[in-house]
Amino acid sequence: MKGSKPQLIAEGKRIDGRGPADLRQIRMEVGVLKNADGSAIVEIGNTKVLAAVYGPREVVPRHEEQVDRAIIRCRYRMLSFSTMGERKSPAPSRREIELSKVIREALEPAIISSQFPRTAIDIFVEVLNADGGTRTAGITAASLALADAGIPMIDLVAAVAVGKVDGVIVLDLNEIEDMYGEADMPVAAMPSMGKITMIQLNGVLTPEEFRYALRLALDGINKIYSLQKETLKKKFVEVEE
Amino acid sequence: MSSTPETSIIPKIKMNAILNVLAKGYHIDKRPLLSYRQIDVIKNISPNADSSVLVKLGYTQVLAGVKIEVGQPFPDNPEEGVLIVNAEYIPAASPTFEPGPPDENAIELARVIDRSIRESKAVALDKLVLVPGRKVWVVWLDIYILDHDGNLIDASMIASIIALAKARIPYYEIDQVTGNVKIDRSKSAGLLPLNKLVSSVTIYKIGDVLVVDPTAEEEAIASASLTIAISEDGNIVGMQKRGLGTFTEKEIEQALEISLSRGKEIIETIKKFLS
Repeated sequence: MKGSKPQLIAEGKRIDGRGPADLRQIRMEVGVLKNADGSAIVEIGNTKVLAAVYGPREVVPRHEEQVDRAIIRCRYRMLSFSTMGERKSPAPSRREIELSKVIREALEPAIISSQFPRTAIDIFVEVLNADGGTRTAGITAASLALADAGIPMIDLVAAVAVGKVDGVIVLDLNEIEDMYGEADMPVAAMPSMGKITMIQLNGVLTPEEFRYALRLALDGINKIYSLQKETLKKKFVEVEE
Repeated sequence: MSSTPETSIIPKIKMNAILNVLAKGYHIDKRPLLSYRQIDVIKNISPNADSSVLVKLGYTQVLAGVKIEVGQPFPDNPEEGVLIVNAEYIPAASPTFEPGPPDENAIELARVIDRSIRESKAVALDKLVLVPGRKVWVVWLDIYILDHDGNLIDASMIASIIALAKARIPYYEIDQVTGNVKIDRSKSAGLLPLNKLVSSVTIYKIGDVLVVDPTAEEEAIASASLTIAISEDGNIVGMQKRGLGTFTEKEIEQALEISLSRGKEIIETIKKFLS
C-alpha cells in the first residue's frame, strides 16, 4: 500500500471533522483577472482553482473552425507546486490530457455554441492548490467564468465528487480520502435542467452504493449551484451601485 | 488543449434514416438495440508477445498484447507489481485517425481500461513481486485499434482481459547474492495470476434512445456515451461519461441496469473463449 493507511472515519466523523454528507468550506469569486473575458476562483477546503475564459474569438489555426458552431477548447493544468509532496513536472501528463477533455465535455452541453459560428471559446483551468476535487472545482469555476464572460448558457454547471472511504459513502473527498478510499466518483450537472454532464468512477461500488452516491452528489451539486448563483448576482449588484 | 471534435458529414446526412430505424427498436444492421454484434476472438496473433488477442466485434477489430518484463516497483507501492496500459488508434483503422502520438481519445480509452482493471484488482499485482521493494514484474498491456466500426472501449476491454488472462510469465531465475533476475522467454513460469474478470458495457444515447454496441455510423450521431465496467462479482468497477451530450438521473439508472445484465453476458462469453 501507499504508506500506512490512516483511519478515515472515527465515530462517524471524517479525518477533517466533517460528517459523511458535509461539503468543505467553499469560497467563490468572479472577475478575478483583468485581461480574460471571464474569470473565477473557486476554493473548496484547501483546493484552489482558477478558471479563465477567452472568447468567442477568432479561431487560430483557421482550419479548426466549424461553420455551424463555436468550438470549445479547454486546458486543465496543475501548477508545478500545487500538489502534495513532490513537485509535479510541468509537462502535460496523461491525466491532465484526459481531464482537459472530461472538463470540456462537462461544460459543452451548457454552452449555446450555435450562436457563435466560426469562433472559439477557450477555457483555461489552472489548479493553484490541490487537495482533492480539482476537476470538479475546475468545472464549477469554469462555469462561473463562462457566465462572467457573458457567454449564453442554458444553465450553470456545478460539480462535486462523492466516494467511499472506510466503507462509508461520503461527499466531497479531500486528497487523503481520495488516495486511501475505496472509490472516487466525480459528478457534474446542470441542476435546473436535471442533466448530468459528467460522471466518472474510479474505484469499486455495489449498484446500491452507486445509486445512493449519485443522489448524494446531486444534493451537493444543488448546494454548490446556489452558491454559484449568489456569487454571480453579487457581482452585478455591485456594478449597479 | 482539448477541442470540440469535427463531426463527419456523412452520418449527419444519414441521421434521420438512422434515427428512424432506431425508433423501430433496431440497429441499422437489424440487431435489437440492446444486443451486441458477434464477438470473435483469435489468440496468439503475435507469437513473440507474452500474450496477444485479436477481438472482432462486428467489423471493429482490436489487437491487445502483453509483454511482461522485470522492473522496479513504484516507490509508493513497493509490494506490488506494475501494470501499464497504453492504447493507440493506428491510422490504418479509419480515415479520421492520424499518425502521431496517442491523442486524447486514445489516452482516455487506455486510462478507462487501466482504472477498471486496477480498481477491481483483476490482476493479482501483489503476487508479482520478485525481490520485495526492488524487483517486480511489469505488465505492459498495449491496445491497438486496427479497424474502427464503433464501440472501441468495449472491444478493447474484452481483448485486454483475455490477453491478460492468457499471458505467460517468462521463466526466471533470481541470483540470491546480487538480486539480479534473469529471464528466459522460451520457457514459462506459469500464467499471469488473475483474481477476477472484468467487462465493460458502453451505453450510447442516440436521439432519445439508449443503445449498446453501435456501428461507427451510429456512434457518430450519438450525443453521449456512458461506459460502465462490471466485475465478475457484480460490482461497478469503473465509469466514464463521454461526448457532448448529457444523461438524466433516470437514464443513468437505465444504463446501470443494462450494463449489469449485458456485462454478465460478456463475462460468460469471455469465459467461453478462455476455456
